[in-house]
Amino acid sequence: MAPVGLSQAVDDAVEAGLRRILGESFDSKMARVPLTLGPTGIDAFGLDPHWARYLFLTVALLHRKYFRTEVHGIDNVPTGRVLLVANHAGQLPLDGALIAAAMFMDAEPPRIVRAMVEKWAVGLPFVSMLFARVGQVTGVPENATRLLQQGEALLVFPEGVRGVAKTFEHRYQLADFGSGFMRLAIETETPIVPVAVVGAEEQYISVANFDALAKVLGMPAFPIVPQLLVPGGQLPLPTRYRLWFGEPMRFVGDIDDDDAVLEEKVWLVRQTVQAMLTKALAERKHVFW
Amino acid sequence: MTMDAIETSDAPLSGEAVLITGICGRLGKQLARMLHRKGPVVGVDRRAFPDKPRDIVHAQVDIRRKKLKDVFRGTNIRAVVHLGVLHDPRASAADHHSWNVAGFAKLLEYVAQFRVPKLVLLSSANVYGPQSSNPQFLTEDAPLLGGQNFSDIRDLIELDMLAQSFFWKLPETETVILRPVHILGTVHNAPSNFLRKDPIVTILGFDPMMQVVQQSEVVSAIECALRRGVRGTFNVAGPEPASLSRLIKILGRQKISVPYGVTRAVLSRMWSWRLTSFPPPEIDHIRYVCMVDDRRSRQELGFTPTMSLEATVLSVDEGRW
Repeated sequence: MAPVGLSQAVDDAVEAGLRRILGESFDSKMARVPLTLGPTGIDAFGLDPHWARYLFLTVALLHRKYFRTEVHGIDNVPTGRVLLVANHAGQLPLDGALIAAAMFMDAEPPRIVRAMVEKWAVGLPFVSMLFARVGQVTGVPENATRLLQQGEALLVFPEGVRGVAKTFEHRYQLADFGSGFMRLAIETETPIVPVAVVGAEEQYISVANFDALAKVLGMPAFPIVPQLLVPGGQLPLPTRYRLWFGEPMRFVGDIDDDDAVLEEKVWLVRQTVQAMLTKALAERKHVFW
Repeated sequence: MTMDAIETSDAPLSGEAVLITGICGRLGKQLARMLHRKGPVVGVDRRAFPDKPRDIVHAQVDIRRKKLKDVFRGTNIRAVVHLGVLHDPRASAADHHSWNVAGFAKLLEYVAQFRVPKLVLLSSANVYGPQSSNPQFLTEDAPLLGGQNFSDIRDLIELDMLAQSFFWKLPETETVILRPVHILGTVHNAPSNFLRKDPIVTILGFDPMMQVVQQSEVVSAIECALRRGVRGTFNVAGPEPASLSRLIKILGRQKISVPYGVTRAVLSRMWSWRLTSFPPPEIDHIRYVCMVDDRRSRQELGFTPTMSLEATVLSVDEGRW
């Protein structure tokens, strides 16, 4: 049948593309990822490695070819459970995708990073399905705890929407960090690896946020991005991403501590990410190369 | 058969009996067949039980009637298993309330009055409700938010809560609440009926992970709950979770994906014209996750599902012609 032949041809092309970009087959790389898959080959959160390869090829191309990401210090990421805490920017969460790509393509053993998806996005058609199939989970504490107990790598953006939707004038200035991640790290005794992402702030230049419209549409933010009006400007600008993975930080304490006590620890992580950002920016010669 | 049947029945009533409400349902019959070999079984159902095994005593009474008390009075009951929950989405709100809430309250009254040592309620994981903000696995202490978007099931939540209040009101009775995920099999419930459709309609852009459990496994879970010393609330799940599309693939059925707004509008219209038995808010079950963490039932209840995902899903087609 023709459609079967066509889908086989697409599968073969994807496989060949992945082999070229990964230097090995996707399956052999996937086999080294520490995962708990069920008998049907997918995990309980919906991660489907067979399906994920299609999206993965896209992200791998963005990582290697489009954004030409420089990755520093990925060896700092310990094996076993880990919480990656990164700055968030760029209107679309491409920073998350590129951190995930780096962890899969550049770390050994390769890791599948789980990010906590904004609850609002889980209600969107396709988005929720797509995210689930590539292993992303709804951003609630119960999911995070469970994944860490399984020994997985979790990516959190403590700035949340405040970070991703920030306007250009506030670039590389960290918004306030939520303290949920710290409670999680202490509760599950998970090391925190601070991650500084440089390059995301310039991919979509937002000049303002239309808060009233966002409220009407039920969206967390409605950024005004002039480049979207220019033909081709819908694509993010091809900035060069730089990912800096810091030394793991370990925190102990009582999870029932007051927020004020936790704040100090959160502040420490925030300052570390900010310092890493400042250093990375100082070393950057150009936004695009 | 009427209440007189209890007195005239030739069934031996030696030892202590298990009373099953809703015994004439498919699940009730299966449970009765499993239990009657081990000890006396008394069934309560307003429906007839034509092919009942000889040693089962069936009292054809409405649980809201006072006659129910006579059943308790005349029998030495060691456990009450409440399966007689009204799920019919077409029944009126008043019926739902009087049957599920008032009827169950009456049953609880007798359990307390006659000092029945065990009460098992078959609730449902639907009481948690499918929501976009649900954690992937809901534990037993998660809030029961099922009525938030689907007010018609509030009586089922109330039922669950009533049983919960028994934990402290009557601590000498071992109360067990089972919250199984979608039960599949020959039963005529929403998930089984949905999977029997061909083609199956799904929501465009959504493919939630789901848990299913075969009806015979639910019967085993009830049997585990009847063991002495077991009490508390337990989520009951079957084989590993799978996406809705995977379930459809196992059945080999056609899938039609329709945008949410269209599905909702068409279903609402069909519902008002009485062309469907699926209430529109139930669409959320094929849109969002409502999965449970069943570790407690595996560890404390001692329930381990044995059927494969394929066998569980394919069982919806058993007994069809």
